[in-house]
Amino acid sequence: MRRWMRVLRTPLGLTATLLTVGVLVMAVIAPILWTDDADAIDTSNILAPPSSEHWAGTDNLGRDIFYRTLVATRLSVELALSATVIAVVVGLVLGTASFLLGRRAGRFVNAGINIAVAFPGILLALFFAVIFGVGATGAVLAIGMAGAPAFGRLTQTLVAGIASRDFVAAARVAGVGRFRSLFRHVLPNIAEPLVVNATISAGSALLAFAGLSFLGLGVQQPKYDWGRLLYDGISSIYVNPWAALVPGTAVIVAGLAFNLFGESVAKALGVGVVGGIPELPSVSAHLEDVAPVDASRRPAEDVDDVVLDVRNLRVTFPGPRGPIRPVRGISFAVRRGEAVGVVGESGSGKSLTALAVSRLVDDSGRVEADRLDLLGTDLRAADSKAQRQLLGTSMAMVFQDPMTSFNPTQRMGGQLAESARHHQGLSKKDALSRAVDRLRSVRITEPEKRAHQYPHEFSGGMRQRAMIGMGLMGTPALIVADEPTTALDVTVQQQVLDLLASIREADDVALILISHDVTVVGEVCDRVLVMYAGRIVEDLPAGELSAAQHPYTRALMAAVPDMHTDLDEPLAVIPGRPVDPSDVPQGCAYAARCPLASARCRTEEPALVDGVACWHAGEPIDIEVVDRELEEVEAS
Amino acid sequence: MSLASSVAPAPRVGVTAHPWVRFGVRRLGRLLVSLWVLITASFLMIHLIPGDPVRAALGPTAPAALVAAKREEMGLDDPILVQYWHYLQNLFTGDLGTSITSQLPVSDIVSQRLPATLQLAVLAFVVAVLVAVPLGVTMGVLTRRGHGRRTELAFTTTSVIIGIIPDFLIAVGLVYVFGVNLGWLPVAGNDTPSSYVLPVLALMVGPAAILSRIIRVEMVAVLEADFVRTARAKRIPNRSVYLGHALPNALTASLTLGGLILGSMVAGTVLVENVFAWPGLGSTIVSSILNKDYQVVQAIVIVYGVAVLLVNTAVDVALALLDPRSMIRED
Amino acid sequence: MSELRFDNVTVRYGSTTAVDDVSLTVPSGQVLGLVGESGSGKSTLARAAVGLAPVDSGTILLDGKPVPTRGRRRPLQMVFQDPYSSLDPRMSIGESVAEAIPPGSSRAERRAEVERLLELVHLDPDRVAMRPAGLSGGQRQRVALARALAGKPEVIVADEITSALDVSIQGAVLNLVRELQRELGLTILFISHNLAVVRYVASHVAVMHHGRIVEQGPTGQVLSEPDHDYTRTLLAAIPGNRSI
Repeated sequence: MRRWMRVLRTPLGLTATLLTVGVLVMAVIAPILWTDDADAIDTSNILAPPSSEHWAGTDNLGRDIFYRTLVATRLSVELALSATVIAVVVGLVLGTASFLLGRRAGRFVNAGINIAVAFPGILLALFFAVIFGVGATGAVLAIGMAGAPAFGRLTQTLVAGIASRDFVAAARVAGVGRFRSLFRHVLPNIAEPLVVNATISAGSALLAFAGLSFLGLGVQQPKYDWGRLLYDGISSIYVNPWAALVPGTAVIVAGLAFNLFGESVAKALGVGVVGGIPELPSVSAHLEDVAPVDASRRPAEDVDDVVLDVRNLRVTFPGPRGPIRPVRGISFAVRRGEAVGVVGESGSGKSLTALAVSRLVDDSGRVEADRLDLLGTDLRAADSKAQRQLLGTSMAMVFQDPMTSFNPTQRMGGQLAESARHHQGLSKKDALSRAVDRLRSVRITEPEKRAHQYPHEFSGGMRQRAMIGMGLMGTPALIVADEPTTALDVTVQQQVLDLLASIREADDVALILISHDVTVVGEVCDRVLVMYAGRIVEDLPAGELSAAQHPYTRALMAAVPDMHTDLDEPLAVIPGRPVDPSDVPQGCAYAARCPLASARCRTEEPALVDGVACWHAGEPIDIEVVDRELEEVEAS
Repeated sequence: MSLASSVAPAPRVGVTAHPWVRFGVRRLGRLLVSLWVLITASFLMIHLIPGDPVRAALGPTAPAALVAAKREEMGLDDPILVQYWHYLQNLFTGDLGTSITSQLPVSDIVSQRLPATLQLAVLAFVVAVLVAVPLGVTMGVLTRRGHGRRTELAFTTTSVIIGIIPDFLIAVGLVYVFGVNLGWLPVAGNDTPSSYVLPVLALMVGPAAILSRIIRVEMVAVLEADFVRTARAKRIPNRSVYLGHALPNALTASLTLGGLILGSMVAGTVLVENVFAWPGLGSTIVSSILNKDYQVVQAIVIVYGVAVLLVNTAVDVALALLDPRSMIRED
Repeated sequence: MSELRFDNVTVRYGSTTAVDDVSLTVPSGQVLGLVGESGSGKSTLARAAVGLAPVDSGTILLDGKPVPTRGRRRPLQMVFQDPYSSLDPRMSIGESVAEAIPPGSSRAERRAEVERLLELVHLDPDRVAMRPAGLSGGQRQRVALARALAGKPEVIVADEITSALDVSIQGAVLNLVRELQRELGLTILFISHNLAVVRYVASHVAVMHHGRIVEQGPTGQVLSEPDHDYTRTLLAAIPGNRSI
């Protein structure tokens, strides 16, 4: 209910709600109060312009247009709602048919819906108007039936969305029948979008009704709705334009009221309507600046083979309740040919760190740093051609999902060639032949043929190699790879990791490998940065992972079984859940899940000293205690 | 979990025809089925009307002999399947029957009325696309994530409101302002070039608003896509990112819904023509319904339906050209 | 005894054969780990066992009798990969679990049973009225396990139940699987792409490749002396395992 009240909080939602209520109230009271005024014939005042007596003038029998418009509210709304009910009921039956009837019969019904939906509503309405006859009843049936396919399609899409979820499958496995499942699981989960769209349909039905009546196919005299008044008014538009404009305005206001009310409710409930109305963000509060606590370790000050030098990097996004800072001041350096791994769980800020150092954080986020140098050039400077050139040729990016990281509408060769054309001034032909050469270098067979193919014709592993090849179009000094193998199978994962390793060796290219998998990072990298809640909590050589100091790193190492895990012991468990970046606790962010946490940990955040940020680094942990605490923490 | 999505394209077993051939065959099949449904529905229309359509058309005072003769002439007393067969035969030879009110061949009425409607629809169609695409793309770029929240609110609210107002009410408004009040433009007929302005405007404003809104939404979504990040990682100019990578994908994503909207413009002519006394099919179908001249109604329903189907097919072909994946996507 | 046996099972989707003539036995009271890459057909085999995928030919037998896939009595229960999709967001976790309890018990009995099951998976029974939205991924997966147990199953099919979870939570779920298996003597078909995880929970392993079972046997034996080339490739590809 609270979510529904959110409708009233936006000015538009409030206006729409008041208008809708106003229209409904008018529908109830207007015929009671003003029927006599509306029907009073004044032959001495035919087709009169507006006056103090008749605010909107009179019609061809001298009847008051304004009162007639008010009184017509009831019939207009009644008819629209009746038509909506028909559309919704028929649509629901059609839309749920495929769920209830099973695949084969369902496909038949869906094909029917698809054909019907292709025809515009007004055409269907005309068709049904012929069958059901001219008049109010015929029009209700016609508009209802005309709206049914669209509603059926909507229902079918929503049902299909829920039916593909595992909880529906789970209910089936548990022996819950289709019919029961429809009412218990499917319909409750799609009720909100259905109600919202039904409201919007009511608005549309109202407008469609006005259309039919306007054509003379709807309500017939002596009854009248807004469309009928409009039909009568338009013929005398040069004599008294208000006879058309007043009912016309009424139609628009009422139609808009229902539609906007539906849209606002959709917005408040978070239900999707195509291109719904956005909400304005609340003004963001100021975030107090975090002191650069972990600058203690001077990252590679005097060494001139530093490729990337990062000091006190912070990334901030505006959030609904003030700014959120998922990366909270981290510092590290990467030398030529060095492979640095960054590990952490989802929400630790590791991917955002990768985007921030490569200047790809989208512009709603603010990236700040005391230093952010690539090959001695300050990346914090404003976007310039020189900077683009440097980033475009010296830094290569590899992203997590190779399926979505290529433009589906362009051929592979062209996508690779693009950066060479921009940064190296190559002609289209030369750039393409370099692309083919690069594809060959990342071990893609028949590169000439492959370059002419589209991304969807590549397998996942091939795409990821092509992505690496794209980075090699320039002469990269640094490859930033964000979870490059997470989406791949193990055997393919190995190929990609091997490829990265061979490129590193051949050209002394540095690598930043972001991953949630400690074993992958441990195998590929020289050094590992462990991130937790937007900070580096440990920075250690990959070979020393098994002797890690930070309790989080130690737990990460022990929580996942590898091929040497002792089968008689339970796995280590980290109680609780990862920190939400919008709600980082005071003190050490890991304290709530840490078996070593003391009072100091909960108030004072430890700095990164000698490669570890912990007040209790290296202290022994009793596994048994952890196991027992798990239940307590999870129960709390 | 992305594991499931890393499956390589499944090896196709069986006939491996060229994707374009398979696409063409499937699309043509769908077109023919839709056409059959359309024709059958329009045939059944007469038979679903309660009572005798001839009696209804000729009025309660018409002599029984005349009604019987007319029924005989229209073959309404034959078995229904025989009638259906004749109907299909006549349709293929271009014989759409005779108007019961004007006694003219229906095919003459249609061919005489069709051009005006076609002109109106195509013009409105072109103008709507010319307005909606640049507007939607610009708005998409201006309101991409983290940008222009106020612009977004203003644009979306305006376009939602304009999109909701039905074309015939816009038409009435235009008639009042430009015809009655200002007297600048003609409000009836299609005799001068200036008489096209108001009908075209009335017909395209709503669809253009909805279409530009859809394009904006898709543009914003595409700008969030992984491959746009890849394009940005190539450090090519923003213009190339927007126009080279985002736009084609936003357009293909908008095309399906956009096609439905453009298709509905064809039918939108019915109401707009009636406001502007446009001598097209729209005003004819309404008067024929009112006169119970069912053979004319049948023919015009088929013409409108075919037009809509052709628009939809054109949209699918365009989609296949722009996005090669859409050809193999199962529907 | 509750032995699950697949006899020459084939599952086709259109022209693709997802599961190709698979014969496989999950021994009673044991955990059989089924490994393979995505698209190898392992999930399809699991879904076929519980009646969510159509079997084209072959039989799936529980103690020699066909597995019932209709009606309320379902001796095979399944736990799904994604705990964010496998619980109805509108239902309390108590309702979700209760739904799977076979009919015929009173309201009080059902409530007691739900509490017992939640305790069994180490969730506080006081949380029965909570919606899934308030739970972490690991806790949801426990609820999913409790729901599977509610059906009084003889066999549980676990399909990649840890791969959607954060690293820190996976261990807890795996511990729970081992504990439940030991205490309740369940027969489990445990599907995973991760050999190390399978090694940890399963006594037997079957390796699936292109819809076929290429190798099966006791875990220790298959992992130390693999027979099939593909198994060797898989083993070699495990990060951190190459030096061995």
